[in-house]
Amino acid sequence: MTAAREHVMADLRDRIASVTGGAARKAGCLPFRVAEIDAVLPGGGLAYGALHEFAGGGAGTVDGAAAALCVAGVAARTKGKVVWCMTRPDLFFPAIAQAGLNANRVIFVESDKEDEVLANMEEALAYGGLGAVVGEVVRLPMMASRRLRLAAERTGTLALIVRRWRRQTEANDFGQPTASTTRWRVSVMPSEELPVPGVGRGRWLLELMRSRAGECAEFEIGACDDKGRVHLSTGSSHGSNPARRSGHSR
Amino acid sequence: MPAAKAQALFQGLLMVDADEKADAAALERITLWALAHYSPIVAVDVPNGIVMDTEGADHLQGGEEPMLAGIANRFRGKGLLARVAIADTWGAAHACARAIKRDTVIIPRGDTARAVERLPISLLRLAAKTVDDLRTLGFRTIGELANTPRAPIALRFGQDVGRRLDQMLGRVAEPIDPVRSPDLIEVSRSFQEPIGAAETIDKYVGRLVVQLCEELQRRGLGVRRADLIVDKVDNTRQAIRAGTAKPARDVAWLTKLFRDRTEKIEPGFGIEKLTLAAIMSEPLEEMQKASSLVKDEVKDITPLIDIFGNRGARVYRLSPVASDVPERSVQRISAAAVDVEATWSRSWPRPVRLLPYPELVDVIALMPDHPPVSVTWKGKRHKVIRADGPERVFGEWWVRNSELEAVRDYFVIEDDTGERLWIYRAGDGVDTATGSHKWFVHGIFA
Repeated sequence: MTAAREHVMADLRDRIASVTGGAARKAGCLPFRVAEIDAVLPGGGLAYGALHEFAGGGAGTVDGAAAALCVAGVAARTKGKVVWCMTRPDLFFPAIAQAGLNANRVIFVESDKEDEVLANMEEALAYGGLGAVVGEVVRLPMMASRRLRLAAERTGTLALIVRRWRRQTEANDFGQPTASTTRWRVSVMPSEELPVPGVGRGRWLLELMRSRAGECAEFEIGACDDKGRVHLSTGSSHGSNPARRSGHSR
Repeated sequence: MPAAKAQALFQGLLMVDADEKADAAALERITLWALAHYSPIVAVDVPNGIVMDTEGADHLQGGEEPMLAGIANRFRGKGLLARVAIADTWGAAHACARAIKRDTVIIPRGDTARAVERLPISLLRLAAKTVDDLRTLGFRTIGELANTPRAPIALRFGQDVGRRLDQMLGRVAEPIDPVRSPDLIEVSRSFQEPIGAAETIDKYVGRLVVQLCEELQRRGLGVRRADLIVDKVDNTRQAIRAGTAKPARDVAWLTKLFRDRTEKIEPGFGIEKLTLAAIMSEPLEEMQKASSLVKDEVKDITPLIDIFGNRGARVYRLSPVASDVPERSVQRISAAAVDVEATWSRSWPRPVRLLPYPELVDVIALMPDHPPVSVTWKGKRHKVIRADGPERVFGEWWVRNSELEAVRDYFVIEDDTGERLWIYRAGDGVDTATGSHKWFVHGIFA
């Protein structure tokens, strides 16, 4: 009896999966290679053929620096070309190259309007054969995000969105529903402690705010290294020794 | 000026007879060159000009203004002086190009009447005798003539004056009959009944592309620029130009470039004829491909680059420049360029966002070598907890003379919430000749 029920359940699950984006499931996942983060994500990583949103926290909602570097780290771990669509060309590529993303792999598409960014992203996703498609946008309406997701599902390309707003107060827009599979917030935290005075490796608070068929979670991680990898990081000690500033301190 | 008077003014003046035939031939050569470079519809504007319909083609040059500047500069590079104007109509552009003192001018859409009202009537493309007679009657400018009742003028001078005025002000269409060189590859299709539906246009564009590709294949060529010219029943003509980043002969690729933009075609009362021409083509040889069994096939993304480019987006890659000044260390290169081996130094931390212009901040800092204790940027005070630096960047005197002694000292600072900024002090902190000793924020770290 139980065996029969199991069989029926498994069969039903397969049929549901084949109706709702079977292609995406086949495409697999890009793991973070951090056991704790991969454990909370269904499939064990960022799903290919799906849309993932990244935003900054605090001042990062406007500059989107940490979110962009985090996305660059993810893109660096994919294979193939990366198309980066945006309206504001203020990305400083030497920093992105330090996260392991080769300049030869990245094609920038700069347009004047937000809508064109979304249209260009959709075109790139539908084209296929790319490692990842990144877009920097302010608004991501439900309709647009669904179109992106469908285009990504068709080709199994990783779609990454960096949300950056013009003002910090506009960032509550991030609560609006979209068709993205996961939604992350990356906020900067005091850097890792060094044995000498100075600024160490950056640390981020990585909040998984929404995950389709998964739980929310938050992690304290160390910023991307030169291969685009992150790692779990334990406390910094701003409080413990505030006087230490630099090698030139009195 | 009579020749005798000129010879009296300048000693040893060399006189050469005007060779109108050679001039016309040269003008025709320039026209054919412009056809390949700038616009699908180009014609000689007798006696001394070239007229182009640039609508739907300027995006390949980066817009109207860069296109005009580019044209003027190209001619100057050859030692020729060209006057270039863009206006709504052929007549207005003809008049403005000959009237301006500058190299280039763009008449905004709908501003034609205001732009031409002060211009002399000699720029109206009328017969010399008509112009003289009008002058005798006291007409000086086009504006005066346009504000005069038509009937008496038509009675005295014929329909020509009214027609030229209407053409200039855009009340009457004036189609340009484009030049064609014999080595253009061109396929066309005339319709018995005018067509108008988007699907029908798509279908026939697809067929023309197939024909064009067969023709290209026969000659071993690939297309770099292709034009779709649409002839409508009301004798107007519209053209769409598509460019590719490298020679293409792929049916799907070219079809996509044109289908993307069929919505731009205004069928009006119907389309009579579609013409597809390969304006610029380059040799494209057959190549042997490595089997996918041997190595992973990397998908060629040039078609995607072309799609973006023809939509008017700026598509580029970034590559390093050997310069320590941050804003000069990155340059844009063509997206289809070959891979660059060099990369940026990984030794020093670099911010993810670089501000377009460094922003002045208030700081409290001990000179000359210490990082700031506090930084006030955009009205918000950042208490500096950790800092690294200075990283000294010297000015590049070989770029600009004024940078001979300039110095910037860069610091990475981190405040109590973990925000990391890249700030610099103009000057080395001791010698004021090296900079103003003011502090600037230049970038934001992740």
